[in-house]
Amino acid sequence: MGKWTRRGLIAAGVLTGGAFAVGVGIREGHRAPRLAGMVAGEGETLVNVWVKLAQDNTITAIVPHSEMGQGVFTAMAQMLAEEMDADWEHVTFEQAPAHEAYANYPLGKGYLLGDIRVPGLVADSLNGGMLRVAQNMSLQITGGSTAVRFTGQTGMRVAGAAAREMLVRAAAREWGAPAAEIRTEKSHLFHDASGRTAPYATFAAAAGAMSPPVQPRLKSREQYALMGQSAKRLDIPAKVDGSAVFAIDVDLPDMAYAAVAGPPVFGARVTRLDDAAAKAMPGVREVINEGDFVAVVADGYWRAEQAIAALDIAWTQTGRETLGQDAIYAQFRTDMARAVETGQEQRDVRSGDARGAAAAASQRVEAEYSVPYLAHAAMEPINAVAHVKDGKVDLWIGHQNPLGARDAIAKALGYDRHAITVHTCFLGGGFGRKSEADYPIMAVRIAQRFNHPVKMIWSREQDIRQDFYRPATTARVIAGLSEDNMPVSWDYQFVHKNDPVEATHIPYAIENQFIHFAETENPIRFGPWRSVDHTQHGFFIESFIDELAHAAQQDPVAFRRTLLVDKPRHIAVLDAVAEMSGWGRPMPDQRGLGVALVESFGTIVAEIVEVDASGAVPRVVNVWAAADAGFVVNPDGFTAQIESAVIYGLTAALYGNISVENGAVVQSNFHDYPMLRMDDAPAIAVRIINSDANFGGGGEPGTPPAAPALANAIFAAKGQRIRALPLAGGGRLA
Amino acid sequence: MATLTVNGEARTVDVDPQMPLLWAIREHLKLPGTKFGCGIAQCGACTVHLNGAPVRACSVPLSAADGGEVTTIEGVAGQDGALHAVQQAWIDVQVPQCGYCQSGQIMSAVALLRDKPNPTDADIDAAMRGNICRCGAYGRIRAAIKAAASQTPSRAAGGSNHG
Repeated sequence: MGKWTRRGLIAAGVLTGGAFAVGVGIREGHRAPRLAGMVAGEGETLVNVWVKLAQDNTITAIVPHSEMGQGVFTAMAQMLAEEMDADWEHVTFEQAPAHEAYANYPLGKGYLLGDIRVPGLVADSLNGGMLRVAQNMSLQITGGSTAVRFTGQTGMRVAGAAAREMLVRAAAREWGAPAAEIRTEKSHLFHDASGRTAPYATFAAAAGAMSPPVQPRLKSREQYALMGQSAKRLDIPAKVDGSAVFAIDVDLPDMAYAAVAGPPVFGARVTRLDDAAAKAMPGVREVINEGDFVAVVADGYWRAEQAIAALDIAWTQTGRETLGQDAIYAQFRTDMARAVETGQEQRDVRSGDARGAAAAASQRVEAEYSVPYLAHAAMEPINAVAHVKDGKVDLWIGHQNPLGARDAIAKALGYDRHAITVHTCFLGGGFGRKSEADYPIMAVRIAQRFNHPVKMIWSREQDIRQDFYRPATTARVIAGLSEDNMPVSWDYQFVHKNDPVEATHIPYAIENQFIHFAETENPIRFGPWRSVDHTQHGFFIESFIDELAHAAQQDPVAFRRTLLVDKPRHIAVLDAVAEMSGWGRPMPDQRGLGVALVESFGTIVAEIVEVDASGAVPRVVNVWAAADAGFVVNPDGFTAQIESAVIYGLTAALYGNISVENGAVVQSNFHDYPMLRMDDAPAIAVRIINSDANFGGGGEPGTPPAAPALANAIFAAKGQRIRALPLAGGGRLA
Repeated sequence: MATLTVNGEARTVDVDPQMPLLWAIREHLKLPGTKFGCGIAQCGACTVHLNGAPVRACSVPLSAADGGEVTTIEGVAGQDGALHAVQQAWIDVQVPQCGYCQSGQIMSAVALLRDKPNPTDADIDAAMRGNICRCGAYGRIRAAIKAAASQTPSRAAGGSNHG
């Protein structure tokens, strides 16, 4: 895109050789003035893309991720400040503008293009996941638990180290001292031999004029002072006094408010609209029939929503008007059976001869599992504020992929993408829902009919019924046990292959494996949901391993341990969680402990649930979790993410059920899509294991083990095997 | 036309008296700290104090609040700007994640501690079960309420300055 191509950045003298990893060295008046203008305030010098040094010696981490609760700004700032030897008391953060220069996969991009030298220090951090995301060019995405793993490791730390080196060099030149004699501490430079000292800001301009080092030296773990510390989150003070600005809080002059109604059956279009009653309401400005949805624009949101309720809308027939949830599951079974009968299985993993081994085994174990659709139900309902004027679009939004949203708007509505500015706000929860482009496009479609800004807010009912859902899926597993009660085969069939690709893989050493899926139509739109495919496969795999352990008359922890060949990290988390929970202790009647172990997004998490299964709905009393994410940058923040993920997973296991009847989503709000609340929230204990393996993610990996650990605990408590979720509401746990 | 005392200040709002208090607070009084979550009093994100009692502002018509005293999250801190003990405990325990529900959580907790300066776990369950947190910060909310309760009783029990 013009001079802002990668090459343009290099040509600007900012990114030379392998310095892509270092980020952009830039300052006001630089040949890259547009970027400087976007982030540099008066009197500030932008040393590189990820660090800004003000004249008052404040250091700002410019974070190319969205804050949706995961503490990303703080962890990113810690990684930057660590390498920069910054004074943490004077480190702050800023959301990076939605601009290619802030794309958070520059390394992956450069690696793919093949003409960028990747510094050896960071090349180790490149892996398949990063490259895959980079291939998609899905820039600036917050999701996949990538912030610390990729942006932090390859961006923030390298940027911080480079900035520090440049400041040292600038001071060395000015002071006439060898750089090796200059030390840095708390955002100050010291030359002990001459007694000279200066704050970083003194040399900000001089450093900004320097070319960044090709391979800045990163600290080793023994040198960490900030990383590994539970720094208080930088965004929390604004979240206790009401001052944090979410998109729904944006207030602009002359702003109007929009409420919307989408089709009950996905894909339907408006055939008839009677808006007489709505238009008669005071404060209603316009009723807009966009074909695929209807919007009412009014002086206030409440009036707009009232007017929506007064509309009489008829929708086209899509052919799915009689579709029901039972038929969807039946279709899965039919298509799975057909795939096996016709040999049309889509191969995922194949080693050895799983079916032959099962036929020859002394014991055969088989089970079928299913999970329903799930909505995300972030606390902040979907919303966005758009202002279209003179062909330019300004959009205020909480979005996990602001650049992607911008490009989607440009493509869908024919704008030059540089005419679109996305102002990213705090997200009141995201969980994957807010990576979709539907609602940014809708907001602009409404706003482009007016000269004034329009705030579009979805009712909770729209938010639940117009989601992109964690898919309903079914899996069938068949395993053979040998005479000595060891599994010899694993035949695992499922429907719907999404991401991550490895979510269906097992860590257990079973010789003959056939992991495969059947093509089937899933009529409800799919979206990533916290940990994506790991949610269902974690439940299927870890439930079935538990069934195998019982079939083999072995302790579920010991059974897993035996099968974790050459998996010392997995064994360590398993041992840790067993020890935390007092695994093996005698339990009262109707109480049980259940275990599950899932690696996802580079982090291995084992959880043990203690359940009281005496009531109609099981009560989760305690949860213990042990996690190995390689090295945890902010232990308290990571702990909070695991706690959060446990609650998210348990909520789904206990209550989460989006069902389809007459082609439409049945549930609409928290009364029929219930959430785990304070009085049924378990105590959660988290132990972090720093194995020094590659950095893993934090936001998602705590979710997948929660449901199977609960199901396995129920089996331990009362001998009832749970093969379908949710536990409550569906009458599945009589 | 409704007349309210909002965070200690007399305010008038000239809108439909059936408008829920939530939207009058957010759109007309320009106090956006009180959040919209569900619209049917199921999630607690819109919790404010009306005449001292925690209410779900999404389901209270403005007419029912006419002449009353309303305290929102913006009015919880002291006149000098000092954080309420509950707010400080929220920071100390690092409660918020996305933060969207926390205005409502804090308003419920402030009311709880004013009525019961040393709440039991059952008290906390009863007072807080109307507030959903999708980030699942329940354990930290409970810990922060206990931390706030252990502060000087007068401060924690003093409640809001305006409610």
